[in-house]
Amino acid sequence: MENIIQLKQVNKWYGDFHVLKDINFEVSEKEKVVICGPSGSGKSTLIRCINRLEEHQKGEIIVDGMTLDENTKNISAIRSEVGMVFQQFNLFPHLSILENCTLAQIWVKKKTKKESEALAMDYLKKVQIDDQAAKFPGQLSGGQQQRAAIARALCMEPKIMLFDEPTSALDPEMIKEVLDVMVDLAKGGMTMCVVTHEMGFAKEVADRVVFMDEGNIVEAKKTKDFFDNPENERTKLFLSQIL
Amino acid sequence: MNKTLNYIREKFFSSPIDAFLTISISYLIYLTIPPLLDWMFISATFSGESKKECVSGGACWVFVKIWFNRFLYGMYPNDEVWRVNLPFGILVVSIIVYRFLNEKYKKYLFLFLIIPFPILSLMLFSGGFLGLMPVETREWGGLFLTLVISIFAIIFCFPLGVLLAMGRRSNLPVVRYFSVGFIEFWRGVPLITVLFMAGVMFPLLLPAGTNMDKLVRVIIAITLFEAAYMAEVVRGGLQAVGRGQYDASKAIGMGYWKSHIFIILPQALKLVIPGIANTFIALFKDTPLVFVVGLLEILGMVNLAKTNPAWLGMATEGYVFVALVYWIFCFAMSRYSLSIEEKLKTTN
Repeated sequence: MENIIQLKQVNKWYGDFHVLKDINFEVSEKEKVVICGPSGSGKSTLIRCINRLEEHQKGEIIVDGMTLDENTKNISAIRSEVGMVFQQFNLFPHLSILENCTLAQIWVKKKTKKESEALAMDYLKKVQIDDQAAKFPGQLSGGQQQRAAIARALCMEPKIMLFDEPTSALDPEMIKEVLDVMVDLAKGGMTMCVVTHEMGFAKEVADRVVFMDEGNIVEAKKTKDFFDNPENERTKLFLSQIL
Repeated sequence: MNKTLNYIREKFFSSPIDAFLTISISYLIYLTIPPLLDWMFISATFSGESKKECVSGGACWVFVKIWFNRFLYGMYPNDEVWRVNLPFGILVVSIIVYRFLNEKYKKYLFLFLIIPFPILSLMLFSGGFLGLMPVETREWGGLFLTLVISIFAIIFCFPLGVLLAMGRRSNLPVVRYFSVGFIEFWRGVPLITVLFMAGVMFPLLLPAGTNMDKLVRVIIAITLFEAAYMAEVVRGGLQAVGRGQYDASKAIGMGYWKSHIFIILPQALKLVIPGIANTFIALFKDTPLVFVVGLLEILGMVNLAKTNPAWLGMATEGYVFVALVYWIFCFAMSRYSLSIEEKLKTTN
């Protein structure tokens, strides 16, 4: 299978702090990868490098055949193919849910208002908040906001979706509604990279699980293998704590 | 009756200190307000043609009445003041009508008001075409000049301030250092010296034969000066917008300008509306300083009138009048900014 995301020997530092150490990581088309690990292990930084919200200092990142470097053309091309969902939702509070979903369609993809609203409503329906379209983010519950954020990302019709701890800021009773949407998305064949502590989700949809610690990828295996036969001590410890 | 007494006891005499404060403040009001009202209205003189009629000992509003047109229009020829009244009338009507328009027409009216309207107004003020008598800017004055200077300075200093604030946060060193330098320079010098430089020194630096209208130089000077303050106000707002908003706008493919125009600035500016209103009000109240280059806005005209031999001793009346006019405009701006804040709050 073709690798749609490819990281080769990627290194990143925040000042003196070495966040990513010689990361080799690839995701093939339609694959679902869950990245887990203790906090501060560099997993968020890793996926934020994939759409260049963070810059890596060494190594090579290739997304859908395009190399991420200083070339701004590539950066915007890659960003238009990679959708991202954040821990804190990051909806635009001054715009309605519908406007959140149409803004980039209109100004980045140059679609008409009508077209973009139609598509936005499709995706809002898919995440089951089409009835909230006219409201502002502040009027929605956390779970609804996160679903709106997923719809906003999907409206750009990305090939790849990145999720950065999408359920960590949610109240427990809202986690399921967001995970359900993500499961649907996975079943629809989207390529997904998910940073999460939701091991149930990982078991259900992930093709592969990657475990990171202290900036290294410690273990990366097929999902079943990962949970049944973890090899590394740190993976075992982590799994024993989280399961 | 009992209820009122109870209310008064509770609100004004609930403790010895409260009682003391109530009594002393009442006494202060008694000392100041009745004489003031007496001076302003009861023993004031309203009718007449000269200082001689003012014998009652109260305010001599005849002074303001006789000089009223000068205070409003400066030395603008009396027969031509309709050329000042017309655009300002249109402006006031537009602002009132604006509230009742739908979004689409609001946009058109707004664009009309900030781009063609000021230019057309300036042409009408200056004249010199279609048989309109030319009126040089040195004849402009009074409240009219105050408004021309402050409206133009406000229109220009706002976008410039926003750009400077963005520049100061830019990743490009050249842009950043330029913005920092610009802001710190203009914030570091007193407005009065800036105006003096613009009015007196700047023409000496121009090559011989070139000429730039003094009023234009003054407006540019005030614009640059206030833009530096505006920049710092806006920067405060930009800093208050969370990093997540930048991340999210990048992630959906919006570039620097688009994300600022549609996502960052609307939020940042909303946060700093009180600061922006503050800067505009300060700008408005700084306009009397243009006297250093010989332009006489409303306060300047009063200062001129009070030295007229026929009207000596009228300074108090003049200053009270100017204070009232300034207060009305500043209060209106303050209320307007509050109403914008309110409006943006409900839609969010």
